Amino acid sequence: MAISRRTIALATGGVALALVPPIAALTNQPFYVDLFRRMMIFAIAAVSLDLILGYGGMVSFGHAAYLGIGAYAVGIPAFHGVESGWLQWGLAIAASALAALVIGAISLRTSGVSFIMITLAFAQMLYYLGISLETYGGDNGMRLAGRSRFGGLVDLREPTVFYYVVLAILILFLGLGSRLVASRFGMVVRAAKSNEPRARAIGFSPLRYKLTAFVMAGSGGGLAGALLANQTEYLTPDFMHWTRSGEIMFMVILGGMGTLFGPVIGAVVLLLLEDVLSALTAHWQIILGPILILVVLFAKRGLFGLLVGPEARDG
Amino acid sequence: MSISLALVLEQTLNGLQYGVMLFLMAAGLTLVFGIMNLVNLAHGSLYMVGAYLATAFTERTGSFVLGVALALPATLLVGVVVEVVALRTLYERDHLDQVLATFGLILFFNELIAIIWGRAAIFTSVPQFLSGHFRVLPGLPYPTYRAVIILVGVAVAILLWVLVTHTRLGMRIRAGASNRTMIAALGVDIRLLYTLVFGLGAALAGLAGAMAGPLYSVQPGMGEAILIQVFVVIVIGGIGSIRGAIVGAIVVGMADTLGRAFLKPMLATVISPPAADKAGSALASMSIYLLMAAVLFFRPEGLFPARSRS
Amino acid sequence: MALAAAPASAQAVKIGFITTLSGPQGIIGEHMKNSVELALDHLGRKIGGLDVEVIYGDDQVKPDVGKQLADEMLKKHKVHFVSGIIWSNVMLAVAPTVTGAGTFMIGTNAGPHELAGKMCHELFFTTSWQNDQTPEAMGKYMQDQNITDVYAMAPNYAAGKDMVSGFKRYFKNKIVGEVYTQLGQQDYQAEISQLRAANPKAVFVFYPGGMGIQFLKQYAQAGLRNQIPLYSVYTVDEISLPAVKEAALGQFETRYWSPDLKNEANQKFVTEYRKKYGKMPVFYGAQSYDGIMLIDSAVRAVKGDLTNKKGMIAAMRQVDYKSTRGPYKYNVNHFPIENFYLLKAVQDPGGELVMQIQRTVFEGHKDSYAGECPMKW
Repeated sequence: MAISRRTIALATGGVALALVPPIAALTNQPFYVDLFRRMMIFAIAAVSLDLILGYGGMVSFGHAAYLGIGAYAVGIPAFHGVESGWLQWGLAIAASALAALVIGAISLRTSGVSFIMITLAFAQMLYYLGISLETYGGDNGMRLAGRSRFGGLVDLREPTVFYYVVLAILILFLGLGSRLVASRFGMVVRAAKSNEPRARAIGFSPLRYKLTAFVMAGSGGGLAGALLANQTEYLTPDFMHWTRSGEIMFMVILGGMGTLFGPVIGAVVLLLLEDVLSALTAHWQIILGPILILVVLFAKRGLFGLLVGPEARDG
Repeated sequence: MSISLALVLEQTLNGLQYGVMLFLMAAGLTLVFGIMNLVNLAHGSLYMVGAYLATAFTERTGSFVLGVALALPATLLVGVVVEVVALRTLYERDHLDQVLATFGLILFFNELIAIIWGRAAIFTSVPQFLSGHFRVLPGLPYPTYRAVIILVGVAVAILLWVLVTHTRLGMRIRAGASNRTMIAALGVDIRLLYTLVFGLGAALAGLAGAMAGPLYSVQPGMGEAILIQVFVVIVIGGIGSIRGAIVGAIVVGMADTLGRAFLKPMLATVISPPAADKAGSALASMSIYLLMAAVLFFRPEGLFPARSRS
Repeated sequence: MALAAAPASAQAVKIGFITTLSGPQGIIGEHMKNSVELALDHLGRKIGGLDVEVIYGDDQVKPDVGKQLADEMLKKHKVHFVSGIIWSNVMLAVAPTVTGAGTFMIGTNAGPHELAGKMCHELFFTTSWQNDQTPEAMGKYMQDQNITDVYAMAPNYAAGKDMVSGFKRYFKNKIVGEVYTQLGQQDYQAEISQLRAANPKAVFVFYPGGMGIQFLKQYAQAGLRNQIPLYSVYTVDEISLPAVKEAALGQFETRYWSPDLKNEANQKFVTEYRKKYGKMPVFYGAQSYDGIMLIDSAVRAVKGDLTNKKGMIAAMRQVDYKSTRGPYKYNVNHFPIENFYLLKAVQDPGGELVMQIQRTVFEGHKDSYAGECPMKW
């Protein structure tokens, strides 16, 4: 049985990520556990965005809003003494799903640049709302009282345990996502992206499918937000700013739109680049800017596409 | 604090002036978007370039008018260079690619300006002969410079209207906006047309920047603050239409200014002052976004879209 | 076990310095980094006699990036001190991480009240001030001058609200308007019109960075400069003066430091800074310079034994170094007890606009949150 390049790439990636904590322990560099964990959390956000961006063609500039909602869904209960992870993370998913439902219902009536602008507008509105919440720190944000608790199941205060929890969630996400895009549901969403009138002619109501995908992506972003709050142990409305949405979008593009696994590479590479470049020069943005342009112009399938070739996209 | 008629009139003038500033930016952006189907986030960078060049030329020549006059063709040139070097390949691409690529241009320009002029804001001031006031009405002094901005904006609007409706170039622009393949088939040099239109848009952005310089802080990144509002304007007004840009700009300018001025006092008549304060501030920041959402809800293509098809 | 007085090992001191180096606020970080480098030059590139390595980090004004930098500095570079930090929200994310890991956090700007009160920590010291102190000084000055009918304006975010509440802690006369504008707002003409309609006798504002430049220019443009006196905090400083010039003439500010403070350390700092970097230093720089000097004094006191944290804490509490602000003491919460001065923007003999001290408003001013700090020493 021939093993495709894609499978090899995925397997290598998974093994590499799983090996980070033991290698870090061996080389006495515990910092890398934190670094890669942060990358994986943003990877989850990027993968959830890819669902609607890459597969559904919905250019949402408001995706960071769900990260913020998820983060505050952990922070606010913790502030009031509720530390149960089940409750917090459940709230994160539910609240972002609800927000995505409302935002999607209004935004999906438009398309093109109007869609981009209106998703951006909603994210900004949530951002201003976050700033006005003075009890929870306003724009200063607030410290997370303590990481989410899961009874005796896992202790997130252990860096390595937390790392593997995030890795497990990422793998779960990717698995679910793959199933989703290959399913009938996924087919309709992708059909709607390439030719909406035809999809409608066949008898589907693309709006409902798109909205469902939008809500799922939103929930994914919310979960990523809950993880991010635990990671930084600090949350601010800044998580929701439209420039953060741009960063996540960049990760998706860099890694490869519509590949689901590409965004993971995109997240890792972008955050690594930022870390390395900003240590080199204060003017690192003059390097990053052109890189972004070049990727958009010439590396359409992203890094994953470069690695794996034409098998990058499934189907 | 009582709200007098004079205050309302003054705020209306302020809203008009702010709208005019937005129009100068929006006109160039909507033209480029409408004709070339190009979402250009770097439009804000051209505004910034205009401000910096005007300041530099004013310093060299000692004359504000000359400084602005020189900044216009200079920004046009920068725009043309950017178009030829970086943007040509983007016309065929989808909007997402354009957004991201031009976002990359923003990062690049901000750093370039920071490297040349430094990160700190540079000094600009309103020229002596324009820095007084005049009495619009008794009890209503209005800064001369801001009145000049209104006049310039109106003049540009008229010029653009004449250009678009009464010249050959304008005819080609309008034709290109409705059906670009057709005019290419009819023998019009599309490339040249695009470059010209982009240059025009750049010059308009440069003019906005040059005029804004004395009032605002001229520093790297100054374009981004106004960019979102300009996008809101063209989305509300309708992409590709100058008329839409005018109406959208005035509407947004008024909504923003009057919201900031009067939302809190108005709310304070129905709810308690501290609550009115909080709600008023939050609403005032969100006002233009709420306005945009409302417009898009009823007319997703904007108020005066240039094309009949999307 | 007594040994020779020489340092225990040829260990280098590692300092992690977190500030904002890129983007529009990067100018502040540039000043801070320059000042750190100048301090190291003045110390002969040694801290307490040991070699030193400074690792700079760019927080991009983001608390999560700041925290990641702190983690990197603590775990990867294994720094002995983390210093810097401009923004209160970044400080609130970073300081507990650093002190929680048993490392010194020497803040050189942000002074959030949480860290002055309940969250004070023996490993946290700051060389700057507590955010409220500066507007408190302005409030006291204006109260003492019997100024009334004041119109207050600030951006609508945590620091803006803190500034106005700090002002009101000492200013008890009538306030005819309290307006919070959008963060990052560029055009203030609408607010200026409202202001004029309210007919105040004085205006108090807090507009940092680009907002200050914009507000000042437009205030002057509206003809109000000579009509209604303008008092401010953190709005006019050595970074913004070159951008506004005459529009700032006559502006009053309160600060704990000014370039024209007459003491030996400050005169050396200002002169050398101007010589090396070609511009006037700003208070962010003075604070960062002091931060390095503070660290040096502590390492010197324990004779290079960086494991002797208790010793270094005791040494820092003594403030055994020459600060650019002159002599000062530390309060229980490790925030300085210092003077605050009234400054005015004037034209110096060379025609340049500078801030000059007019008088002392507070001598040995304590912050208002020290009572909440559980530390005792």
